Amino acid sequence: MIAEAGLAALWLAAALALLQLVLAFAGLKGGKPELLGAVRPAAVAQGALTAVAFALLITLFLRSDMSVLLVATNSHSMKPWLYKFAGTWGNHEGSMLLWVTVMGVAGAAVALFERALRRDTHMATLGAQAAISLGFYAFLLFSSNPFARIDPPPPDGQGLNPLLQDPGLAFHPPTLYLGYVGLSVAFSFAVGALLTRTVEAAFARAMRPWVLAAWVLLTLGITAGSYWAYYELGWGGWWFWDPVENASLMPWLAATALLHSVTVLATRDGLRAWTIMLAVVAFSMSMVGTFLVRSGILTSVHAFAVDPERGSFILALLAIYIGGALALFGWRIGSVREGAPFELVSRETLLVVNNLLLSVILGVVLIGTLYPLMTEAFGHKVSVGAPYFDRIAGPIALALMIALAAGPLTRWRRDRAGAVAKRLLVPAAIGITASALLAVLAWGRIGVLPFLGLVIAVAVGAASVAPLWKRKLWRTPLFTWGMVIAHLGCAVSVAGMASDSAFTTEKLVAARPGDRIHTAGWTLHFVNIRPIAGDNWTALQADMQVDRGGAPVLMRPQSRFFASPPTTTSEAALLTCWNGQLYVVLGEEVEGGRWQLRIWWKPFVTLIWLGGVMIALGGALALLGRERRGWLLKWRARKAVA
Amino acid sequence: MRKLLIWLPLALFLAFIGLFASGLFQPDDRIIHSRLVGQSLPSFTLPAGASDRPGLSSAQFATGKPRLLNIFASWCVPCAAEAPQLMALKAAGVEIDAIAIRDARPDVDAFLARYGNPYARIGLDARSGVQIALGSSGVPETFVVDGKGRIAYQHIGDIRADDVAMILDRVRKAQ
Repeated sequence: MIAEAGLAALWLAAALALLQLVLAFAGLKGGKPELLGAVRPAAVAQGALTAVAFALLITLFLRSDMSVLLVATNSHSMKPWLYKFAGTWGNHEGSMLLWVTVMGVAGAAVALFERALRRDTHMATLGAQAAISLGFYAFLLFSSNPFARIDPPPPDGQGLNPLLQDPGLAFHPPTLYLGYVGLSVAFSFAVGALLTRTVEAAFARAMRPWVLAAWVLLTLGITAGSYWAYYELGWGGWWFWDPVENASLMPWLAATALLHSVTVLATRDGLRAWTIMLAVVAFSMSMVGTFLVRSGILTSVHAFAVDPERGSFILALLAIYIGGALALFGWRIGSVREGAPFELVSRETLLVVNNLLLSVILGVVLIGTLYPLMTEAFGHKVSVGAPYFDRIAGPIALALMIALAAGPLTRWRRDRAGAVAKRLLVPAAIGITASALLAVLAWGRIGVLPFLGLVIAVAVGAASVAPLWKRKLWRTPLFTWGMVIAHLGCAVSVAGMASDSAFTTEKLVAARPGDRIHTAGWTLHFVNIRPIAGDNWTALQADMQVDRGGAPVLMRPQSRFFASPPTTTSEAALLTCWNGQLYVVLGEEVEGGRWQLRIWWKPFVTLIWLGGVMIALGGALALLGRERRGWLLKWRARKAVA
Repeated sequence: MRKLLIWLPLALFLAFIGLFASGLFQPDDRIIHSRLVGQSLPSFTLPAGASDRPGLSSAQFATGKPRLLNIFASWCVPCAAEAPQLMALKAAGVEIDAIAIRDARPDVDAFLARYGNPYARIGLDARSGVQIALGSSGVPETFVVDGKGRIAYQHIGDIRADDVAMILDRVRKAQ
C-alpha cells in the first residue's frame, strides 16, 4: 500500500502543479484575478505532497520492501539502516524524486515566505515554477516511476554500489540537490519578472535571498562531494573534472556570478538584462547537467543506468524550458530600460569583471565537458582531461581572485584609481613578501601555477579582511562579515589547492609486516595485516603505527570486500594534522608476503574544504544579515499591533 | 547590434540542443577499430605450444593464402567458449594458427583434447612478449592475416556463433 500511496501523492502533486499553472495564467492573462488567491495554497499543497511521496519512498527503503522494483534493484536487507535510508537517492528514480521534491518544496517556500515581490510577479513566478515542475513530474511518472512493483518479489535485493555505502551519501546529494534545484526559484523569478515587466531593483532585492540560499547549499554540496571523492576513491585527488563534477560546478559558477550581479541590480539598479540572463543560465546549467548524467551521452563515474528514452525525454524538457525562457528573454528584454550608469573605476566595474571571468570559466568548463561530444559528431573520439581544465581555468581563476581582492575595497558608482591602489598597498606588500619567501624556500621545486596560487592566496586573504580595517567589529553589519568570510574562504581554498599541487609527496612501496617506511618526515611502522568483518563486508586491514617524532598514532587502511554486489573497495586511512594530511591506501598482495602501500603526505590540503565551508558560512551570514532586518521590522510591527 | 546580442543565447542553445540530439541518437560505437590493420605481422619465432603441433613463426604467414591467427590460453574461459566456432571455421576450410599465452604444454594438450584442436601450428608465448608486439590486449583475440602476411582484421574477444559468417567473409576478402 505504501508504494501505491506514494504514486498517488505524486499524481496529485502533478495535478496541483497543472492547476497552479492554469490558475496563475487565468488570473494574470485571462482577466480572472479572483483565481490568483488559490495559487499560493496550490503551491503549498503541491510541495507537501512531494514531501509525502519522498517520505514514503524512504519508508519503503527502510523496510526493505523487495516487492518494489527500485528497492529490489538498489538495496539489500543486510545493509546498515543509514545506507538503506540514503540509498533512497542513490539511484536514478529516487534521485529524480528528490529533484521534484526539492522543486515542490522550494515552490511552497516561495508561496509562503516571499513578501517583498509585487503580487503579479509573485504569481507569475509561482506559475513558472509549476510549469517546470510539471515537466519533471511527467518525466518521473511516465519514464522513471520510483514506485513500480515487481511480481513475484525477489527474496532479497541486489544491493547498493559499495562506493556509495558511506555517510557521504546521506549528506552530499541532498545538499547538492537543494542548491542545484533550488536555483529553479531564481529561474522562475526571472521568468516572472520578464512576464510582468518588473526587472528592477526591488525585484532584485526580493530574489537575492533565494539565490543566496541555493548558492550556500550548492557550495556545501560541492565541498562535501569533493571531500567524499577524495577519501572514498583512494586516488588522493580531490577534483577529477569528471562530467558530473563539471555538471555541478557550472551552475555554481553561474550562481556565483548571479549573486554578484543581483547585488549590483539591488544596490545600484544596474545590469538588469545580464542578471536575468544569469538567473536563466544558472538553472539551465543544472538541467543540462542532469541531461548529461542521465542520458548516457557522456561516460562518467557517476553515470546512471542508461536509457535512450529517458535521454530524449530530458532533452525535450531542456528544449521547452530553456528554449522558452531564452525566447521570452529575447522577446521581452528589449523593453527593459538600461539601469543606472556607473564610472569606469567603481565597484560595479569590478563586479562586471567578476561576472565576465566567471562566465569565461563557465564557458571553458562547458566546452571541455562537451568537446568529446562535438568531435564525435564529426567522427573523432577525443577525451578531455584535467590538464586542459587546469591550464585554462586555473589562470583565469587567479585573475578572478585579483578582482575579488579589489572589489570590496572600491566604492560604488565612482572611485579614484589612486585611492583603490592605496588601499591595496598592504595586501600587495604582503603578497610580494610571500613570493620572495616562497622563492627562497622552494625555488625550482614548484610549478608556476601553484607558485602564483600561493602568493595570490596570501595577498587576497589579506585584502579580503581589509574591509574590516578600522571598523568597529561589533557594529559591522552581518552581511559585510559574510562577504569578508566568504572571500577569505576563497583565498583559503586556493591556498589549499596550490599547496596540494606544489608540495604533495607520494610514495609507493611493497612492504611486509614489521617493515618501517620513511617518507616526508614520517615513519610508518607496518605492524601486521589481519582480516576483520563489518555489517555487510569483510576486509583485510593493515595496522600501521605512524609518527614523526612524537607519540605514534594508529592508522588502519583497509581493502574491503562487499558480498552484494560483489565488489572490492579500498578504504584509505587519513590522519589529519594541523599542517596537512597523511593518506595511506592498502593495495594488493605482491609476491613474498609483501603488500602494496601508497602513501601521500599532503601539506595543508584540508584548507581546500575549510575554504569551501567558509564560503558557504559567509553566504549564510549574508543571508541572515539581510533577512534579520526584515524579521526585526515584522516582529516590531506585530508587537505594536498587539 | 543589441538585438542580435539578445537572441544570441537562444541561437547558441539551439545549436547545443542539435549537438545533444545528434549525440543521443547516434548509435553506440562499440567496435574497436584496430590500428594494426594493413600492417605486417611483427617478426617472431615461437616454440611449439602443444606436443603434436609444430611451433610458429611470422615467416610462415606470407604464403599467398589468408590465415587466421588465434590468441588463446588454456586458462581462459572465453577461449573454451570460442572453440566450437573455431572448429566450424576450420570445417569451412579456413587455416588457423594459434599462439598460447602464458601457458604450459601439458595444459594446452589437455585443453585441446577437451575442446578440439582446429590449429595447424601452435606457438608458445610464455612471457606474452609476442602478444604485446601484436598489440593484442587480452585473450581470446583473432587476427585475419592476408596472403602477404599483413593484418587484415583484428577481432577482440571471443568469436560468437553469429560472428562466424563475418569472419569467413573477412577471410575471403583478404585473398
